[in-house]
Amino acid sequence: MLTDIEAKADLKIRARAVSAFYGAKKAVDDVSLDIGTEHVTAFIGPSGCGKSTFLRTLNRMNDTIAGARVEGRIELDGEDIYGSAMDVVQLRARVGMVFQKPNPFPKSIFENVAYGPRIHGLAPRKAELDGIVERSLRRAGLWDEVKDRLAESGTALSGGQQQRLCIARAIAVDPEVILMDEPASALDPIATARIEELIHELRGRYAIVIVTHNMQQAARVSQRTAFFHLGELVEYGDTSEIFTNPKVPRTQDYITGRYG
Amino acid sequence: MAATGGHTVKAFDEDLGQLRALVSQMGGFAEHALGEAMRCLVQRDCEGALRIVEGDRKLDLLEAEAEQRIVRLIALRSPLADDLRDAVAALKIVGIVERIGDYAKNIAKRVPEIEGAGQIEPISLLREMARIAASMVHDVLDAFVERDAAKAKAVCERDGAVDDFYDSIFRALLTFMMEDPQNITRSAHLLFVAKNIERIGDHATNIAEMVCFAATGERLGDRRGAAG
Amino acid sequence: MNSAPTLWRSEAMRIRVAGRYAAERRFRLIGLGAVALSLGFLAFLLGTMALNGAAGFMETRLKVAIDFPRSDLFLDAAALQGPGAQAALAGADIEGAVAAAAQARFGAAGPRLISDAGWLRVRDALAADPSLLGRKAEFSLPAASGLEGRPEYHALQATGALVRGFNLRFLTGSDATDPAAVGIWGAFKGSLLTMVVTFAIAFPIGVLSALYLEEYAPRNRWTELIEVSINNLAAVPSIIFGLLGLAVFLNFMHMPRSAPLVGGLTLALMTMPVIVIAGRNALKSVPPSVRDAALGIGASPVQVVFHHVLPLALPGILTGTIIGMARALGETAPLLMIGMRAFIAAPPGGLDEPATVLPVQIFLWSDEVSRGFVEKTSAAILVLLAFLMAMNGLAIFLRNRFETRW
Repeated sequence: MLTDIEAKADLKIRARAVSAFYGAKKAVDDVSLDIGTEHVTAFIGPSGCGKSTFLRTLNRMNDTIAGARVEGRIELDGEDIYGSAMDVVQLRARVGMVFQKPNPFPKSIFENVAYGPRIHGLAPRKAELDGIVERSLRRAGLWDEVKDRLAESGTALSGGQQQRLCIARAIAVDPEVILMDEPASALDPIATARIEELIHELRGRYAIVIVTHNMQQAARVSQRTAFFHLGELVEYGDTSEIFTNPKVPRTQDYITGRYG
Repeated sequence: MAATGGHTVKAFDEDLGQLRALVSQMGGFAEHALGEAMRCLVQRDCEGALRIVEGDRKLDLLEAEAEQRIVRLIALRSPLADDLRDAVAALKIVGIVERIGDYAKNIAKRVPEIEGAGQIEPISLLREMARIAASMVHDVLDAFVERDAAKAKAVCERDGAVDDFYDSIFRALLTFMMEDPQNITRSAHLLFVAKNIERIGDHATNIAEMVCFAATGERLGDRRGAAG
Repeated sequence: MNSAPTLWRSEAMRIRVAGRYAAERRFRLIGLGAVALSLGFLAFLLGTMALNGAAGFMETRLKVAIDFPRSDLFLDAAALQGPGAQAALAGADIEGAVAAAAQARFGAAGPRLISDAGWLRVRDALAADPSLLGRKAEFSLPAASGLEGRPEYHALQATGALVRGFNLRFLTGSDATDPAAVGIWGAFKGSLLTMVVTFAIAFPIGVLSALYLEEYAPRNRWTELIEVSINNLAAVPSIIFGLLGLAVFLNFMHMPRSAPLVGGLTLALMTMPVIVIAGRNALKSVPPSVRDAALGIGASPVQVVFHHVLPLALPGILTGTIIGMARALGETAPLLMIGMRAFIAAPPGGLDEPATVLPVQIFLWSDEVSRGFVEKTSAAILVLLAFLMAMNGLAIFLRNRFETRW
């Protein structure tokens, strides 16, 4: 089920007939959708429906799992990301990822953010690196809280701060897409609200895809929502449509809590 | 689109059930008020009319209770999709039903005013008109409880008949007034009664629109014989 | 759900609870008993060693005065400063001069009171300070071994000619025939060199193998076979490695016999599986979230391993390495096989010179007949234990230093 992204320039990722397997088990079944830069896209669905697996195919994180296989075609700006011409390492810098449990490196806050630009050679001089670190921390809404303690360990921060640090880390390599796998599920409501506000601020600059269990969060944060069920893409459309008048009965059953 | 099954959280289903029961109760009350008002009108029963006027307060209380329940439902259950539309529709419907009750009260208030000698012919027309309006209200509230958009749509079509009745009664009363100027006071009141019944019919179609919205998510479109 | 409410305070329950507490108490007592028993054994071992070995660190010395100008020594002070000093010292009969001085002091039995190697001290003193030749000097020379047991001991002690002091030579000297003159330094240096070789070979190969097997190797039958083989290798008796070393390094590759190089290579073969296993466990314990985070930011597999995984696994790897090294330090059998069992009188100068190691030295001394070697053996065991504890201390220090919280 496709949703046409109006302006061609807005289209960032195009997926067609994507299926993902773990060995013999099919986790994602023939999913096709487009993701644009202007909107935040949310993936919702019950546990085990394939939304996280599909998210991970977008930056080839499934490559690290033995026995994982992907069929179909996924294009980033028109390039096939599973083609031989695509460098996986660069792909993962262009398509960043934020995980469910905050996982900053056990290094200093500065090092956490500076690591990415350093290994990709984005800032040969120290002054540039300092600039990138400050800019990323500002955009992640963390600068004011940590500017005096950049040398402290990243793991000494609170859960919400750690997650914003991970977002800053992803932003530091200037990605085009940011994938978020349930980024706020381990956080308290205030930290969650700050993350949601951050997502709102980042919208438009990066194409953001967020997987979430929390439907109210999907409704608050996204403009387009895709409902996954048993590996299939059941419905994909405007968030307000999906949550007030979904077209497919399965979608309605899930979001009203009649599922199961 | 009908519900495909109960909610996983059973208390949610109970809340919805209680809400629908309340709306049904209000509807029955309003219907009864209308029927009683017409009976009092025909039989010139002023005491009965007084009882109807006082009884309208109960309908107001029911509306307040229904509103409170709906607000709680939205706050505590975070309804989405059809549940959300149901809640919004219910909120509007209880307001409309309360207004229907107000019209019935208004009719009852006029019963003492038409006291006087002589049979008034158009009153029988009025009674028939009120019967149709009452059945419209009854059916449309049934459609709400059953979430039946088709039934609601059918109700809308009967509004035409009510409007036609209004036109005939209007002409009849005008003629009556022209025949004998002494009838003017009574006829004027009856005109208002007719108007009230016609409004009740319109309100029933408003409720029908809400029922369709709740069930399908779409508006009903232009109604036949709008604006009255 | 139970149909009747549970009676938590009934008599049956109370008995059950009392039984439970009793079981807990019993378990605790048994645990304490086991620990106490182990500590008892350890205390017994250390106590016996300390008692026996303490004497080994001490030596009895006799004061002997030598009047050089009046002695029969034909040595010239000038000659000792020139290039021919070694030859001059070798040619002079220092031993005779010492014997004469002893005789003068203690009577006819004097020379036998002094250790056979006692004259070496005089020679070393002369080499250090040739000006002694111009005057009379007093030396404290080691007494012959077993003097403590002889009847003359008390008489000599009464005259004040006996001095009992710390035996520095034990720590600085090498093996000798006379137990009074033996030193541990030769074996100690041999152990040190062997450990250096073992570490230099086993650590890099072991860690890199662990990295490859854990991070890169595909999971198929071959890698499982390798894993099983490595686990088995760690359990192979050490003497087999000795045979391996003999066959490959000595007979096939003709490396110098009894050298720390060969010993180190043999022990490296033995230690490597331990390091690989410890390394793999340490790598396995690094949570996947760290790898995910690094991969997600676009780090290549090599960068993920060396920038993120290895630093976190380092404490575990180091601990495993030190355990392996400590085991290697105490190995005797394989080194006996490759010939590090000879009598080596001088500490090894390099990796390819003949040497011996501490455990072998202990083994050789324990074989000796002379009574004086008993305390030396115990003293050497104490030195070995001290070396082991130092290594463990180093391990704990390094592990704490590299411990990062994740």
